[in-house]
Amino acid sequence: MSTEIATKSTKYWQGISQALTEEMDRDERVVLVGEDVGRAGGPYGLTRGLQDRFGADRVRDTPISEAVLMGLGVGSGAVGLRPIVEVMFFDFAMLMMDQLINQGAKYRYFTGHPLPLTVRAMCGAGGHNGAQHSQNIEAWFCGVPGLKVAMSSNARDAKGLLKSAVRDDDPTLIIETQGLLRDRFDVPVVDDLLIPLGVADVRRTGTDVTVVATGRMVPRAVEAAEGLADEISVEVVDPRTISPLDTATILESVAKTGRLVVAQEALSPCSVAAEVCSLAAEHCFAELKAPPVRVTPDFTNVPTPLPLVEARVPQADTIAAAIRTTLA
Amino acid sequence: MVTSIDDQLDALGASTDPALGRYATMQLCRRFEETVHDQFHSEQGVPGPLHLAIGQEAVAVGACHDLRTTDVITSTHRGHHHCIAKGARTDRMMAELLGRRPGYSHGRGGSMHIAIPEIGLLGTNGIVGGGIPIATGAAYGLQVQKRDDVVICFFGEGAAAEGVLAEALNVASLWKLPIVFLCENNQYVELAAQDLHVAGEIWRRGTGYAVPGVHVDGNDVDAVTAAVGEAVERARTGGGPTIIEALTFRWFGHYAGDKAAFRTDEEVELGRAGDPIVRARKALDPVVVAEVDRVVEDEIASALRFALSSPVSGPDVLSLNHLASV
Repeated sequence: MSTEIATKSTKYWQGISQALTEEMDRDERVVLVGEDVGRAGGPYGLTRGLQDRFGADRVRDTPISEAVLMGLGVGSGAVGLRPIVEVMFFDFAMLMMDQLINQGAKYRYFTGHPLPLTVRAMCGAGGHNGAQHSQNIEAWFCGVPGLKVAMSSNARDAKGLLKSAVRDDDPTLIIETQGLLRDRFDVPVVDDLLIPLGVADVRRTGTDVTVVATGRMVPRAVEAAEGLADEISVEVVDPRTISPLDTATILESVAKTGRLVVAQEALSPCSVAAEVCSLAAEHCFAELKAPPVRVTPDFTNVPTPLPLVEARVPQADTIAAAIRTTLA
Repeated sequence: MVTSIDDQLDALGASTDPALGRYATMQLCRRFEETVHDQFHSEQGVPGPLHLAIGQEAVAVGACHDLRTTDVITSTHRGHHHCIAKGARTDRMMAELLGRRPGYSHGRGGSMHIAIPEIGLLGTNGIVGGGIPIATGAAYGLQVQKRDDVVICFFGEGAAAEGVLAEALNVASLWKLPIVFLCENNQYVELAAQDLHVAGEIWRRGTGYAVPGVHVDGNDVDAVTAAVGEAVERARTGGGPTIIEALTFRWFGHYAGDKAAFRTDEEVELGRAGDPIVRARKALDPVVVAEVDRVVEDEIASALRFALSSPVSGPDVLSLNHLASV
């Protein structure tokens, strides 16, 4: 007998918006700072109404000063707030690196005190925004002790991971995906939807091949798996938190299937996909029946016109083809 | 029974006579740094770099003298005096610098990574200018919480060349943040005189952002207290930020062991003649000063004994305090 949990069709951006509203409502220490988050309601409208509801102190429009913007998170987190820093495009995090990596991520190491900082960054090539507004640089942040990194692939996780991050006592980078913003997902109707950090989600069980996918590649991996269902049994694992990785869940799946495909929107070298393949080689060498395969864009910059964007990023059939190669 | 240094100095009048109190804290900073400098040149050495602020004590002490514990400061790579002026314990500081287990960061951070949130010290810093955005964020945090505490952001004239200062002045002015940007100009930037680094006058850099600018003799501790006190009062009462430039002199090279070949002996002699401690001492009763010096000497000797008798930090400290969970 199964217990049905009611779900509601929800756009990805709405999940984020609901998480912000609920957490700011729950805890007055939670503040949101960023460019155009207040009066303008955000570049995607997902912070619309928050400033009216929570005031201009707690929903604070900042000048275009990314280094100080991240400093607002670090400094206010150190004096008692639970700040959320919005990074309008993940690419802009490059202007914030000192404050996030050298300062925020090391705060606990130096002081022993928590730094409840949440950073939200919009990644990926979903709009026609070009090479400086579309990058997936998540791997750069995964080698930083003291920093957690999570990445959502659907509205439920976008909401639940963000709510968990806000309540977490560690600096946490939540990567949201431009390419999913308007997509609809079934989100459980519960009072307080929390998705734990550090726990992967087995999206689909299977026995022949494991596909580990992140962000926008998760729905495509599921689509590929469903398309192949008659001939190949594909397990799809979404790590959700990419640092620290839930290696147990990933490796258990790889050990079971003996075949691994990793799909991501980020470039391949030194990436999360590279890390997952390394882990499989280190820990599942005996079980592997075929070489692991990475499915990523070619080593090129992100173009602006949408047809070129889509030509560059892996599609469901690209992932399906990679799955087949592991059985060839 | 052992009484604390604060009690002993209070008994000498340090809490009722602000000038004496400031002198005592300056002397504590000076003797702390001279002692750790000696350790640096001792056989066992110091397990990390030291950037000495000897000669610059009046800026830190003058600025912090009237602060509350709940007020916040950010310091720099050259920040021992800021830490002590804000209330850090010299024994745990010494332990940290000497790589000992009871140091503020378990003896693994050293001079540039001392941060003690419980006394409002959000850190010395290994990144020049790294404290400026943090200070701005702390000021925002205090403002949102409607606390009447303030932030003093210490930085050097070298850090004034970092872009974050411009960002911070703009934000602080826009939002009327309770912050004082305090440039401690010691006349040298790393391994050079400031002619390679500084254009114009730093205290004037607030003008375009509508941030009032003040310059003060950074070797005159009373003048620093007065200038910073006025800015702190404005910040506390909603009047917004101030930028202050305090001119002082760096007695030693960039780091302990640096021969400072970029300057002449005459230049150093002239600079050291402005010794803020000698200056402050002149106005005080020599008998009381001698007593204060003795108390300070005992305190520093005790701090050194504490550090040297504490266990050297071993590999067990490496993994401490990275994440709270997962």
